[in-house]
Amino acid sequence: MSLSILAQTPLLTEQIPTPVVSWPALLPLIVMALGGLLLLTFASLFGRRVGTPFFTWWTVMTGLIAFGTAVPLWAQVQGWDRRVLWWNPEQTPAGAFSTVGGAFGIDGFSVLLTMLIALAVAVCALVMAGTSERDGERHVEGPALLILSATGAMVMVGANDLIVLFLGLEVLSLAVYVLAAMNLRRVQSQEAGLKYFVLGAFSSAFFLYGIALVYGGTGSTSLVNITGFLADNLLLGSSSVLVLLGIALMVAGLAFKVAAVPFHSWSPDVYDGAPTSSVAFMASVVKIAAFAGMVRVLVVGFDTFAADWRPILQVLAVLSLVGGALVALVQTNVKRLLAYSSISHAGFILLGVEAASDTGTRAVLVYLVAYTFLVIGSFAVVSIVGRSGDGMHSLDSYRGLGRVSPALAGTFTILLLAQAGVPFTSGFYAKFYAVIAAVDAQSAWLAVVAMLSAVIAAYLYLRLVVTMWFVAPGDQTPAPGLPIPATTGVALVVCVAVTLFIGITPGPLTSVVDEAPPVVVEPPVEQVADAPGLDGLPPGLLDALGGGGAGGQDPLTVDPGGAGTPAGGAP
Amino acid sequence: MNGVLAAQGLSFPILPALVFIPIIGALIIAALPARRVELHRLVAIASAVVLGALSVWLLVAFDPSNPGLQFVSSAMWVEALDIKFVLGVDGISLFLVVLTGILFPIALFAAKPEHSEKGYYFWLTLLGAGCMAVFLAGDLFLFFLGFELTLVPLYFLIGKWGHGRRVYAANKFFLFTMAGSALMLVCIVALAVLDGAGEGGGVTFDLVRIAEGGVLSETAQRVLFLGFVAAFAVKVPVFPFHTWLPDAHTEAPTAGSVDLAGVLLKLGTYGFIRYGLYLFPEAAVWAAPALISLGLIGIIYGAVVAAMQRNLKRLVAYSSVSHMGFAVMGIFALNVEGLEGSIMQMVNHGIITGALFILLGYLYKRRHTYEISELSGLQKVAPVFAGLFTLFMLASIGVPGLAGFVGEFLILLGTFLAHRWWAVVAAVGVILAALYMLWAYQRVFHGEPSEANRSFKDIKLAEFLPLVPLIGLVFFIGLYPKPILERIEPSVQLLVEHIERQVPGFESPGTQDGSELQPVASGAGSGSSPEGGE
Repeated sequence: MSLSILAQTPLLTEQIPTPVVSWPALLPLIVMALGGLLLLTFASLFGRRVGTPFFTWWTVMTGLIAFGTAVPLWAQVQGWDRRVLWWNPEQTPAGAFSTVGGAFGIDGFSVLLTMLIALAVAVCALVMAGTSERDGERHVEGPALLILSATGAMVMVGANDLIVLFLGLEVLSLAVYVLAAMNLRRVQSQEAGLKYFVLGAFSSAFFLYGIALVYGGTGSTSLVNITGFLADNLLLGSSSVLVLLGIALMVAGLAFKVAAVPFHSWSPDVYDGAPTSSVAFMASVVKIAAFAGMVRVLVVGFDTFAADWRPILQVLAVLSLVGGALVALVQTNVKRLLAYSSISHAGFILLGVEAASDTGTRAVLVYLVAYTFLVIGSFAVVSIVGRSGDGMHSLDSYRGLGRVSPALAGTFTILLLAQAGVPFTSGFYAKFYAVIAAVDAQSAWLAVVAMLSAVIAAYLYLRLVVTMWFVAPGDQTPAPGLPIPATTGVALVVCVAVTLFIGITPGPLTSVVDEAPPVVVEPPVEQVADAPGLDGLPPGLLDALGGGGAGGQDPLTVDPGGAGTPAGGAP
Repeated sequence: MNGVLAAQGLSFPILPALVFIPIIGALIIAALPARRVELHRLVAIASAVVLGALSVWLLVAFDPSNPGLQFVSSAMWVEALDIKFVLGVDGISLFLVVLTGILFPIALFAAKPEHSEKGYYFWLTLLGAGCMAVFLAGDLFLFFLGFELTLVPLYFLIGKWGHGRRVYAANKFFLFTMAGSALMLVCIVALAVLDGAGEGGGVTFDLVRIAEGGVLSETAQRVLFLGFVAAFAVKVPVFPFHTWLPDAHTEAPTAGSVDLAGVLLKLGTYGFIRYGLYLFPEAAVWAAPALISLGLIGIIYGAVVAAMQRNLKRLVAYSSVSHMGFAVMGIFALNVEGLEGSIMQMVNHGIITGALFILLGYLYKRRHTYEISELSGLQKVAPVFAGLFTLFMLASIGVPGLAGFVGEFLILLGTFLAHRWWAVVAAVGVILAALYMLWAYQRVFHGEPSEANRSFKDIKLAEFLPLVPLIGLVFFIGLYPKPILERIEPSVQLLVEHIERQVPGFESPGTQDGSELQPVASGAGSGSSPEGGE
């Protein structure tokens, strides 16, 4: 809607009306973007004097403040009956809403994931601080890119328009490409960055082409208009082919980001080569954003095409689950092993998306929350054991770790058991919800495949546990008294605490997740009224201006012929 | 009824205490510094002894006339999924709870770890909580959590404190069990979703609500039943799924073996009764012939393979396969006699095999081997040890007057009523048990002690004391099983009636004319129990 308004208004009047922006709704984004830019400015002015501790502190604070600014939004979406910070129930109506002309949605789904991303940034910054302190690096780029990349992720989780989703994806990805290549001392890191960039650019192109085809088929890129259009029109013939092709290409683009088989081949190499602390970020925030995008596009936007895209996701899920678990079995490098295991986890999350239901979305959310802390914690341990230079990642480095550093090995054990889905850890509930979603969506066979592949995956986590506890230390095992940087230690405590807390009392998480369904909210009516002269237009002109009239407050059954769509408007 | 009310009126929540005391004990152990070894042992023993005392108290307070769940305590846990923390005990679970309460402290007293005491006591104590949760759970989800909670502690116990190929054994144990429970989890969820849908949306894990709901189609029931069977069959273990057991048993430390054989194998058979029969009566009737046959194969196969073992601990492990085969057979006879016998068999097997593993632990401490060929003439140098071994061996064989007989007799009787020829073949298993046990005994204890065995020290008082309760129980159950049977029977009766009510056209074999049931029920009641004619 917004885009079409923007496009058509200059023709009508001299004044260019911009869509009404609800600034408080964008505060988390603004905090993150400003935080990143200010950090860069600050570092270039006083970088030599302040150093790593300040960068870390800044990043953590940015994350926490962004989290804080999302709280009143949550209160508003949920309609709490008391004031929360600047949100006052008596002044502003409660409930989910959209802003910037409907391009950016504020609903339970986006607010919850925004909060999760903000926390993930804070925890990742702590992990990163630990490694850079140890290796004597004083770069500001790492923290700054974390923040900026997370900004892109936040745009993605709220995107209500395919173009906005793409913008978020690019902001996210470009920063992550650099993060992957950031370890200047290891040539593998540069290789990883380049590989990720080349393949990532391909996938972005796929995604963009998908958007173009969808626009051709439906006449809009806004999810509001698309859902409205699909509800009113039955697509036949070539226009349905356009949309289907578009969906397939968008799925391919997003499947690349979540590293689902067969779009996964980059991930083991990149995980292996990239600095471990960047991998923690990649494995958590990038997945959150990409799965959020997937849910928005498929489950919310194209739910009428569920019968067409569900089989695609089923294939992706099965391949990821089984492939990831099986290939992980033969890995001897812990980072590669975790890369394959994260592919298998992606398969589990795909189960939730595949269900195409509220239960499925709930499963995705629970899995994302649980997995974020699991994976950051796991890579935090890997970053410590990697030691100076971040290069000791073979399985032999973990031999007898339980004897050398019981605290670290114990932490890793909890996180690994949680990844395996052992009860009383968050990983169990994550898998449990995924199974519920699959069974609920009549694809119990998928749940059986998933659980059996979870058993295969359990073996590989056990292999690590065995190496740490049941085997005597070897040459590559860290010497006793392996230092655990204080910041990484804090991150680990947070990750383990969240893992166990969710595992023991899942109630709070489930009740939050229950309140966080993704919805498509049309932009407020008064925004449309702002556009002068729109009401007075002859209907024919609207048609000539393209598919602008299809959505919004005006459910005209418009034949969007102006957009070059041959769709018949059969109701 | 008064007894029930009195019991329900107990101000002390005994069942939650049974689950939480080990957890609290484990947390205390985890919090203590690693150097204070004696404190770890003290806390572990204290929590296990309290557990035992509470379970005995439960036994006393239990109302024998009430067939339903007693001491029920219920609390909401996860509201969104309708998961409740429901605990209850009835005649089916009572003696398994008591068995757990008795065997855990005994296992602690009887064996000490050789290294890393803290972790050992932590996991062993936590294991108790898992077992209690399984036996007491009245909610499918809670049951599943308990079932899985037993997995990790035992994995570590075998993997870190075991002997020989411990890592291989631990991995095998973990993966076999987890594969089974993975399928069960899917089935539990499916059950919750299907039944919740029947009740108008949402999910439910409430055992009673699901069982009485009866919304499942025949096919759904059968498929879900098979999912549960996968988990239980691995745990028991039923014949083709048994290969993890000999490895796990052989390599586990003594206390691990005692708890594994004594309590953990019963999780499977208990699951068959409580969840298999109760939730899927129709499917259970449908699958009964197959499962009885698998039980029978287990009996014979376990016995034959046990006879060929060169390792004494492996021999006892295979004898477990045989004995648990009896338990499975009794369950799927689907009559009161078979089920009663099966529960008796579980308890007896726990006591007897637990004791045998403790004795083998003493043996290993002295000789550092389980190889039969390395041992000889022990009777000469250690007469008391040999005597104790003889006692438990005879009980294991099923000599009348000792515990093992009661269960096997009832199972054979129940099976005879249901599937005559199966019982006839199974009786061969009893003879084979005598064969492998006596043969092994002869090789280890008879003859002249070889050089290495000459210095074998007889059992010490401190080693003897933990066995005293087990000796007492072996005789008590063997001679006077009435108080036990009369507590089991009402609940079993109720279960059989439930099956008959839910499955049209099914009548529990043996109760057709009522006369065949009488001898057992009244016989047990009057004290002239079947084995009294010995």
